[in-house]
Amino acid sequence: MAKFLLYRVLQAIFVVIAVTLIVSFAIRLTGDPAVMLAQGAGSITEADLNRIREALGLNQSFLAQYIGFLRGLVVGDFGRSFMGGTPVSDLIGRALPATLALAFASLFVSIVVSIPLGIKAAVSRGRWPDQMIRVFSLIGLSFPNFWLAIMLVLLLSITFNLLPPSGMEGFSSFIMPAATMGIILTATNVRLVRTTMLDTLRSQYIMVARAKGLSNTVVLYKHALRNCSIPLITYFGLQFGGLLGGIVVVERVFNWPGLGTLAFEAVSARDYPVLQGVITVLSLMIISINLLVDIAYGLVDPRVRKE
Amino acid sequence: MTTTPALSVRSLSVNFGSNRVVKNLSFEVYPGKTTAIVGESGSGKSVTSLAIMRLVEYMNAEITEGSILFHRDAHGDVQDLTQLSDKAMRKIRGKDIAMIFQEPMTSLNPVYTIGDQITEVLVLHEKHTQASARAEAVKLLKLVRLADAEALLKRYPHQLSGGMRQRVMIAMALACRPKVLVADEPTTALDVTIQAQILTIMRDLQQELGMAVIFITHDMGVVAEMADQVVVMRHGEKVEEAAVEEIFARPQHPYTQALLAAVPKLGSMQGEDLPRMEPLVELKGDITHTRGESRRQDTAKLDVTPVVEVENLVTRFDIRKGFFGGISHRVHAVENVSFTIFPGETLALVGESGSGKSTIGRTIQQLQESTSGTVRFGGKAVADMSRAEKMRLRQEIQYIFQDPFASLDPRKTVGFSIAEPIRTHGLLHGSKAIRQRIDQLLERVGLSADQAERYPHEFSGGQRQRICIARALASKPKLIIADEALSALDVSIQAQIIHLLMELQQDEGLAYLFISHDMAVVEKMSHRVAVLHLGQVVELGSRRAVFDTPHHAYTRKLLSAVPVADPSQRRERVLLQGDILSPIRKVGDEPEHLLLKQVAEGHFAAQEASGHRLVS
Repeated sequence: MAKFLLYRVLQAIFVVIAVTLIVSFAIRLTGDPAVMLAQGAGSITEADLNRIREALGLNQSFLAQYIGFLRGLVVGDFGRSFMGGTPVSDLIGRALPATLALAFASLFVSIVVSIPLGIKAAVSRGRWPDQMIRVFSLIGLSFPNFWLAIMLVLLLSITFNLLPPSGMEGFSSFIMPAATMGIILTATNVRLVRTTMLDTLRSQYIMVARAKGLSNTVVLYKHALRNCSIPLITYFGLQFGGLLGGIVVVERVFNWPGLGTLAFEAVSARDYPVLQGVITVLSLMIISINLLVDIAYGLVDPRVRKE
Repeated sequence: MTTTPALSVRSLSVNFGSNRVVKNLSFEVYPGKTTAIVGESGSGKSVTSLAIMRLVEYMNAEITEGSILFHRDAHGDVQDLTQLSDKAMRKIRGKDIAMIFQEPMTSLNPVYTIGDQITEVLVLHEKHTQASARAEAVKLLKLVRLADAEALLKRYPHQLSGGMRQRVMIAMALACRPKVLVADEPTTALDVTIQAQILTIMRDLQQELGMAVIFITHDMGVVAEMADQVVVMRHGEKVEEAAVEEIFARPQHPYTQALLAAVPKLGSMQGEDLPRMEPLVELKGDITHTRGESRRQDTAKLDVTPVVEVENLVTRFDIRKGFFGGISHRVHAVENVSFTIFPGETLALVGESGSGKSTIGRTIQQLQESTSGTVRFGGKAVADMSRAEKMRLRQEIQYIFQDPFASLDPRKTVGFSIAEPIRTHGLLHGSKAIRQRIDQLLERVGLSADQAERYPHEFSGGQRQRICIARALASKPKLIIADEALSALDVSIQAQIIHLLMELQQDEGLAYLFISHDMAVVEKMSHRVAVLHLGQVVELGSRRAVFDTPHHAYTRKLLSAVPVADPSQRRERVLLQGDILSPIRKVGDEPEHLLLKQVAEGHFAAQEASGHRLVS
């Protein structure tokens, strides 16, 4: 176990360095933050720009800047935003819970919906419930998420005025963003649950369970579902990573005060410290999800447990 | 015999869509008695077992006609299972009628403990609490002679051997003391010694509990040992039914006669020095024909250079564990094995799972690197061979595998597959010459030349194995390694393939390395036999010496475990103890090498060294 954890920590350090290095380097190729900051301030001389660069530490070499960022990281200091000087950790501290809440809500909704539907489709394979579920999942898959988001806002907020169109205030504000993300996730997950379930239902131990006289529900939800869980957990874990990426679009449409919005604004403003901070936090989250997935394997399947 | 049957099946028909797989089947089974249903693949015997449990519905099949009458006791109370609702049927399944399945490795749910899976039935049907169910589960595990029952409850299926799992399966089936037990090929996937254990346990428990048993099998040996009444099925229909002695002594239906003629019987070659090619009994329409004659297979040329000489062969596999991949254990698959094969000779390697018999075959064919030892072909060591000579070896040694379904490329015509070795080794040039050779090979193995353009899925299992043989013959080999090449085939097909292999040996002077777990088949076709246990040869000698005067305790145990297809030879067996040992050892814990001692001319047996207990 100690070896395992050590391995994981080394892996995490490597991933964070690789990702932040690429992002920090690439963002510096796209434009000069000093020019962005000076915009609209009337007449600016090259000397003024140099003074701004010096104040932000941009006159140093890329390597020196990057090492400075890593130093700060070790002591938990992400630096300050170029825009207004707020500590990056404060900005992330405010945005992270919003994003996590939305991501977990979407994933939760999708799992809770897709498992029973996928199982239903598998047991009624080829008959009408299966066909219906498959057609609906195909429709769900075909929606681009920004379009779905805008349609929901137009319909539910503007036309019927049922839900708040944007922001994060209370439960009702979660419904539309979580549904947008959830519908697309569910469409894929239903198909995945159906396929793994069909495989599992062919197993001999399912016939044995039926031969014991167990009810259909027990056979499906006790004996079959747990055997499907390894591929499902793997996929849900991967999906969570994709979810964090996809959330940027949805956060923009609903003006959700999360990491996606923060990252989007940081890119537009060439706000290096904020962007580096957000990317670091996101990679750490994906690494921890992977760790959780590995731990979950051992919990659901005794064959994976070591020692 | 009680006059009321426990279960009577009347005019049962089962359909898969419009395809009728069981037709108008009737039979009965009485309390304390066993009715065996025998048949080859596609006979509908497994579907029948699932129909009795009303589980066919979960396979998209349906019972279209007939009734299955379940008599709860001797006075009246009769239920027609085909008429029950699924809810009512669930109360009977697992309680009054229980079932054991074929594959013990896949019959238990891998993610739940043995305890969870046994107690589940007890809590469901017998209103046990968790605690009382666990106590009962311990009793059940003891009933199937499993030691250390308490600890077993907490273990998971993957931690048990196949034989132990099948006993757990039996314990689970017997949990509610069912009136009827349906056993679908319960020992087919097991090694013979384990099969013998399971059969003994089943018979003892049947007597103890007075169950009616429906025993489904393809193995006539098992039928002879277990059955009281026998139902022979073919293409979904019952062709014959009689008491077991009657079926074996005076089979009435031609199909039964052909089936019984095809079954290799252990001990049938007693006193003969050489293998014997028996005439084939074939069924044409409803009449049996006998083809070929009985002749001694005197093909071995023992005075020339051997085809293969294997000397002190060792093959081990490392097992790496942990993230940094240190070697912690090794599989000692082959340990210090030596033997020779002469032209025209069949050497059989027999042994149970983990005995290393397949690894030896793969090592000889250069599919697997050996750890140490020498393999010589035609007098020359493989290690000293040039690349071209090694390539030539690949041509001269051919392999036939167990699964004829998996060993042909499904997207290529069989003609292409047969031509491949001819092209690879450049044996013939020009498509016309190759085409002629393919036609000739197909006819040689009993197929017709016009089948060359067809694809593997258009052939039956037996035909596919013939194609594999044709492919092996294509490169004019000197040695054919047949690795369990007959194990997946029905007995009648098996007999035909044995016949073909012996005919080819006679005509082409082929040498065979015949790898098998089936003692009866080995007895029928080999000149010499090597018995393997945990990667080492424990006994080596002529077939007659090994079978008639077995010397080593393990050979005797193996022979005694084989069920004999003759009910008059039914023995009261003592329960064979012990499980199959594992060839996996810790690094540094080297196995002791056995010393072979000559016990008679050409007959060697290992001495049972002190502290090295092979048989417990």
